[in-house]
Amino acid sequence: MLMYLCRRIAAIVPVVLIVGVLVFLMLRLTPGDPAAVIAGNSASSEDIAQIRSQLGLDQPIAAQFFIWAGKMVVGDFGESFFYKKTVASLIVDRLEPTLALAVLTIILATVISVPLGALAAYRQGSWVDRVVMGFSVLGFSAPVFVIGYLLIYVFSVKLGWFPVQGYQRLSDGFGGFIYRLILPSITLSIVYIALLARMTRTSVLEVLNEDYVRTARSKGLSSMKVLVRHALRNAAVPIVTVIGVSIALLISGVVVTESVFNIPGLGRLTVDAVLARDYPTVQAVVLLFSLTYVVINLTIDLLYLVLDPRIRY
Amino acid sequence: MNAPVLDVRNLRIRLPAGGDRAYAVNDVSFTVSPGEVVCLVGESGSGKSVISFSVMGLLAKALEIESGGIALQGENLVGASEARLRALRCTRMGMIFQEPMTALNPVMRCGAQIDEVLREHTDLSASMRKTRVLEMIRQVRLPDPERMYTSFPHQLSGGQRQRVMIAMALILEPALLIADEPTTALDVTTQAQILKLIKEMQQTKGAGVLFITHDFGVVAEIADRVIVLKHGSLVEMGGATEVLMRPQQAYTRMLIDAVPAHDPPARQPIAETEPFALRTVDLAKSYNTISLLGRKRSVAAASEVNIEIRRGQTLGIVGESGSGKSTVARCIARLIDPSEGRVLIGGKDFASARLDQLHAMRRKVQVIFQDPYRSLSPRRTVGASIIEGPMNYGIGREEAMQRARKLLDILRLEPSALDRYPHEFSGGQRQRICIARALAMEPELLIADEAVSALDVSVQAQVLRLLEEIRHSLNLAVLFITHDLRVAAQVCDLVAVMCKGRVVEYGSAMQIFTAPQHEYTRALLDAAPGRHFAFAQAGAAA
Amino acid sequence: MSSAIVHEPSSSDSAAEDPVAPTEGLPPVQRNLGVWSRVRRNVSAQIGAALIAVIVLMGVGAPLLSAWDPDGINPAARNKTPGYETTIRDDDGNKVAYRALMGTDTLGRDIYTRVLYGARVSLVIGVSVAALSVAIGLALGVVAGYFRWLDGLVMRFMDGLMAIPAILLAIALVSLSGASLTTVIIAITIPQVPTVVRLVRSIVLMIREEPYVEAAISVGTPTPKILWRHVLPNTFAPLIVQATFLCGSAILLEAILSFLGVGMPSDVPTWGNIMAEGRSLFQIYPHMILFPGIFLAVTVLAINMLGDGLRDSIDPRMSKQL
Repeated sequence: MLMYLCRRIAAIVPVVLIVGVLVFLMLRLTPGDPAAVIAGNSASSEDIAQIRSQLGLDQPIAAQFFIWAGKMVVGDFGESFFYKKTVASLIVDRLEPTLALAVLTIILATVISVPLGALAAYRQGSWVDRVVMGFSVLGFSAPVFVIGYLLIYVFSVKLGWFPVQGYQRLSDGFGGFIYRLILPSITLSIVYIALLARMTRTSVLEVLNEDYVRTARSKGLSSMKVLVRHALRNAAVPIVTVIGVSIALLISGVVVTESVFNIPGLGRLTVDAVLARDYPTVQAVVLLFSLTYVVINLTIDLLYLVLDPRIRY
Repeated sequence: MNAPVLDVRNLRIRLPAGGDRAYAVNDVSFTVSPGEVVCLVGESGSGKSVISFSVMGLLAKALEIESGGIALQGENLVGASEARLRALRCTRMGMIFQEPMTALNPVMRCGAQIDEVLREHTDLSASMRKTRVLEMIRQVRLPDPERMYTSFPHQLSGGQRQRVMIAMALILEPALLIADEPTTALDVTTQAQILKLIKEMQQTKGAGVLFITHDFGVVAEIADRVIVLKHGSLVEMGGATEVLMRPQQAYTRMLIDAVPAHDPPARQPIAETEPFALRTVDLAKSYNTISLLGRKRSVAAASEVNIEIRRGQTLGIVGESGSGKSTVARCIARLIDPSEGRVLIGGKDFASARLDQLHAMRRKVQVIFQDPYRSLSPRRTVGASIIEGPMNYGIGREEAMQRARKLLDILRLEPSALDRYPHEFSGGQRQRICIARALAMEPELLIADEAVSALDVSVQAQVLRLLEEIRHSLNLAVLFITHDLRVAAQVCDLVAVMCKGRVVEYGSAMQIFTAPQHEYTRALLDAAPGRHFAFAQAGAAA
Repeated sequence: MSSAIVHEPSSSDSAAEDPVAPTEGLPPVQRNLGVWSRVRRNVSAQIGAALIAVIVLMGVGAPLLSAWDPDGINPAARNKTPGYETTIRDDDGNKVAYRALMGTDTLGRDIYTRVLYGARVSLVIGVSVAALSVAIGLALGVVAGYFRWLDGLVMRFMDGLMAIPAILLAIALVSLSGASLTTVIIAITIPQVPTVVRLVRSIVLMIREEPYVEAAISVGTPTPKILWRHVLPNTFAPLIVQATFLCGSAILLEAILSFLGVGMPSDVPTWGNIMAEGRSLFQIYPHMILFPGIFLAVTVLAINMLGDGLRDSIDPRMSKQL
């Protein structure tokens, strides 16, 4: 048990390291003086000189990496010359909207898609199945921003039910906070629902073919009990795995959704920073998102311990 | 005479269109009385499983009962509502399945799985249910009931899991127990215990048992009456002793004849002057796992294996699953690298051969694998598969094809087979193609790794005969790996019995089967089903 | 948007063979035999292929389908709604009737014409990314799957690459190396490679355990030939399916990059760029986003439908890979 924990945690070390190297190299491999690139267009020559000494640019690239990595580890992401702030404080500012959007989306998507997928599997070949599957193909073919603008146009511009764009902080009232998040999270969850419903259906279908489901039926259990107690319970591991893997999908969606709905989150920050050539910020955000992905998937790995008693060491 | 528990009348079940025949079950009638064990016997595709599932109402949607009746204690089940069938399952008819490994829900504790039956069908309180479940666990002779109750299936052995299944099926004392090949996936020693348990439970509970099997050995152990099926139709029905001793139908006789006898036939001894084709010296294979703290743990799959085979001789390695017999075979073929010891083939050490030497030596050792459906590439013609080897050793395509044609002839396959794909052939034919592929290399040693285990008995006998012929005519050395003592008795000169990675007994087949020394060998022999039964034509293969 | 399309086995086939069905004696249905006849009977694949054909014809025949220049600016006809009609002078000074089928954008360019030309960019990017990532992924996947000592190295690297969200990686790569067709293609390809590597590796790992591969080893077939003869052919079918989905997600990703302003140069007519220009005015002129959006969605839908159809026709178990 403890061993498993240690091993899983040990296994992410190389992944984190590789992510670090990639993010680090991203900037170093561009042509030109990294210090000038980092400082951006509006920097003075003193700024550039200061950065150069900070980064230890006169040292070999491996040493530069460790200097950089050392700073990242303690949360020193450097200074945004564009926003005139430390990157760390910038990220703290922008964290809440992104977190709120992501969490709401995952909850919404899971609550809708798992029952839908299970139902589709249970009624394989029926109209319910076909509708769910049809929606699923449609759902992950439709671009997030098109869905977003469509929803805004119908529900905000035409019907006036929701504000067109914008965000309200949680500290300014929970009602308004949720109210303004409804359209964005629906927008973002559509792809996710499509994907999860499809995966749930597949996993449940596969489990329904297992011998133990036949055993359960031979006990005289009703179909519902077989589906929930035996099939869905066993399909949990693949479903949860997909939730984890598609966090990457969610992050991509967040970037676009925040742009469409004008939400001041980390996604917007990334795009704005790229457009402003504010590289320290870009680096920090990419690193942060990647680590989030790694940590969430580690958590899910550990969740297997609870979901599947066969995994023990 | 008691009223039958199960009365199947003129049952006819249609197969989906496009199959090789119209009916899975065609006009089959039989009864099962209380307290009797009726065996449904047949080869694969005989429709025996379909009958059992149709009784439980668990038939696949694609199959439908076209006509006929199934009556459980006088109540017609054909056309009964799903709710009624559910109410009957486990209360009046229980079922156990072939694969104990997959038949239990892996994420649910065994106790809870048995308890589920009581929860569904009774109003007992939680504590009463638990008492009842524990009592049942004791009845099926599982050790430490409290621990079993809270165990997950993966923590149990195959035999223990099958006991849990039996507990589940019998806890409400149904009048009918259906057992669908319940021991086929188990080792012989476990099989004997489970058969004994089923018989015992059936006697104490007075249930009627419908027992499905393909193995006449098992029939001899357990059956009161026998029903023989072929392609969905009833071939023969009668009392067990009568059918086994005096089969009326040719098909039944063929099936019984195909059961290998237990006593080895007399074999011509191989001259001491024949050279050794294979000698292993302290062959061992262990797997290392390195823990996080850098501690090395080594698990021995096989150790200190010393065997010798002369040209023209057959050595059988017999053992249950996990005994290391396949590991030894794969080490000898250098499909895996042995950790220790030597494998001497024609005097040269195969185990330590370098890559360049290996290529030349590979030709001498050829393997036939267990699963005929996976041992030929589905994308290549039979011809391409056979000539691949010779062409690797510089033989021209034409010459290789010539050789392939000759081999197919020896193995009684049409030469046109060369241009066809494996899926056009049956399991037995494919296995013969695999033999042709191996022989095309003109090997000195042929390793048959459970090569007939996946085949129906009648096909099995045929392939074994062919192997014998080839060994004799080509003066081949054969290493015959099997779990089935009866098969080993038929074809081996020498036998090595393996248990937990070691050879526990090694000697001539005659000695091993008639005067076993090691207690494990004795246990194995004793557990073989049908051992004490004098079949109609015992020793027919002699 | 599906930058990390998760592949699952379609179950339409596997569920059909109920464990109870009496298939015991019959040989299992062969993979890939009759695949094409199954594809041809698959409604989803047919609709997808037909739609794709239409869109390809649109892109290729753009100059024939519209008389206008996709970059032609007309200050007099800015922000016109679909159906707007006027007369303009052509190069020779003759008056010509002009009808803006899908309206015009903020610079007065004809959206219909730009959408037609946009199809070209999307298709070129989709196909190139699919081909490139399959080629790279196949090579790396075979190496990782067959050569144990390289496996750890390659796969850890892929894990690392996978951890960086595709869109962020692409944005960063484009912004660092400057926007052009080549950089966009490379930037979209890199994050797609790991999915292909994982798929190929899993197939190779599965196939190398097959007894027929062991048989090939024991008849002395050298490793390169084993890979070529026995292992590679098994990857083709699932890779075709995977390539289809990759093509779809590459088109979406390109549109997102353009839409965010970090993709192709903004004057190039791509669907994402057309939408990006319409962003600020979309409340008044939704057509600027609507039309390219519909085309984008339909194209990706068609490709995914084709992919679904292909996967259902090819052995479903083979594509069981995240």
